Amino acid sequence: MGMTLTEKILSDKYGREVKQGEYILLEVDIALANDITAPIAIEEFYKTRLSKVYNPDQIVLVPDHFVPNKDIRSAMQVKMIREFAKEQGIEKFFELGTMGIEHVLLPEQGIVKSGDVVVGADSHTCTYGALGAFSTGVGSTDIAGVYIMGKAWFKVPEVIDVYVEGKFGKYVSGKDFVLKLISTLGVSGANYKAMEFRGPGIKNISMDSRFTISNMAIEAGGKTGIFPVDEITQTYEEERGIIAEQLSADDDAYYIKQIELKLGDLEPQVAIPFLPSNSKDISEIEKRRVRIDQVVIGSCTNGRMEDLRAAASILKGKKIDKNVRCIIIPGSQQVYKEAVKEGLVDIFVDANCAVSTPTCGPCLGGHMGVLADGEVAISTTNRNFVGRMGHTGSKVYLSSPVVAAASGIKGYISSPENL
Amino acid sequence: MEIKGKVFVFGNDVNTDEIIPARYLYTHNPQELAKYCMEDARPGFGKRDDIKGGIIVAGENFGCGSSREHAPISIKAAGISCVIAKSFARIFLRNCINIGLPIVEVKDTAIFKEGDIISIDFNKGIIINENTGKRLEFGSYPDFMKEIISHGGWINYAKNLIKGEKE
Ligand code: SF4
Repeated sequence: MGMTLTEKILSDKYGREVKQGEYILLEVDIALANDITAPIAIEEFYKTRLSKVYNPDQIVLVPDHFVPNKDIRSAMQVKMIREFAKEQGIEKFFELGTMGIEHVLLPEQGIVKSGDVVVGADSHTCTYGALGAFSTGVGSTDIAGVYIMGKAWFKVPEVIDVYVEGKFGKYVSGKDFVLKLISTLGVSGANYKAMEFRGPGIKNISMDSRFTISNMAIEAGGKTGIFPVDEITQTYEEERGIIAEQLSADDDAYYIKQIELKLGDLEPQVAIPFLPSNSKDISEIEKRRVRIDQVVIGSCTNGRMEDLRAAASILKGKKIDKNVRCIIIPGSQQVYKEAVKEGLVDIFVDANCAVSTPTCGPCLGGHMGVLADGEVAISTTNRNFVGRMGHTGSKVYLSSPVVAAASGIKGYISSPENL
Repeated sequence: MEIKGKVFVFGNDVNTDEIIPARYLYTHNPQELAKYCMEDARPGFGKRDDIKGGIIVAGENFGCGSSREHAPISIKAAGISCVIAKSFARIFLRNCINIGLPIVEVKDTAIFKEGDIISIDFNKGIIINENTGKRLEFGSYPDFMKEIISHGGWINYAKNLIKGEKE
């Protein structure tokens, strides 16, 4: 029997062939934590009375959720991380001004790469599956375990095969693909399992769209969502000075389930409250004329250049509806800079959007755009749970950047087709 | 190990934003987090006196969403002695094993009603509803997880391991 991508990556790191269902203790390449999850890991580490972490080079610390510090208590959490990084000689601590939203930053800076095994105390750590890495969200105590001994425990997961054909139509991108996939699987349809993407359509999915797709694997409960390493990945890695070998699953690998998706059949999707799996075609939602108060374009899901370019292509020369606030958040300092250079920020400001420094901010109802009771937002983020963006009486609809931008102009959720 | 306590029933897909909303994540102090345990699923729950020693019973996919360990920490610190659900989200399950919050997966939760007193025998894998006398069996954890639990959590396991390597 051949091997899945997951089995190949894990076997390679483990030094012998591993099988689905097996529990393994494995040294990881990267252990990530943020301003919410790192303090617990650091405290657990201190409790052991060890003086040095196992390997400072494995450790990445990115304060991004409540940064720039929203209040005294969040400032205290970041201070604790900063001091820990200094004391332990951790170089991959990203201070405001050099940072980005963790899952935008790490691939962009070449910190995670194809074939790596990565754990992060953040559920969207699965994002790096786009690079052909095995990366998954864990808890703070798991991260403390890496600080202590460099290792984490894994159950080698069963794999869902997602077979992709065709090419995206106009105004359709990775976000629509993944929302459709989640609605097909349900919010726990991939619980404990990995998803692997395969098929002739893969070559028509850009790197940024792949990040968006892998990012939301967790919204179907998935452990991770992995793309093969092909020319597109190799080009991306090369730009970062990384040489990546091509990697794909064997033809006779064992999958627990198969799903087929035709990119050409997809319409832009909108996930209605209160689950990411509630996605509907835009043509259906548009009829409901859902009025919105706020648009958010950004996050670890859709805060990259492809996303900002897509939003700008819709907003160029237009204005946001006067009853709507639009917040645009570049995912990292580098994305910010490129957006300025390409003139995208001009377009946004001219359209009456507020452009923010990189932060998670409103995505988790943290700061920089929290919703009041009864307010409605359309957002390019990844979760629309009750109260996710603020008051428990507010609502969040999830979409791609083009749909979010078009909705901002119209004042209600609408397709970019009919502007 | 045996646990006896009062049942508090919740639904399907209870996510970690409901268990401990992001607006309270400015702290990682367990006692502070305990006050807001289940706040957006049932406001005021964490501040009630009668939840100490209680048992949360939920449907499918309990603990889905964010990886925040604050969620099981707040449940544990609030004095909840065990969570029973039809299924748990992966990271939540992992966090519970790592920090030592007992959880039980059962196929059917229909025999549990709000306020029932139930007892759980972890060695025998049996839950008894003291009000109705109904019984339910559950399977044991995989060996690897039993190892972690017997060490009292992941940190102790890790400490033991590095001690072993040094000797
Ligand atoms: S942008 Fe949102 S989903 Fe992504 S890491 Fe930040 S809070 Fe989490």
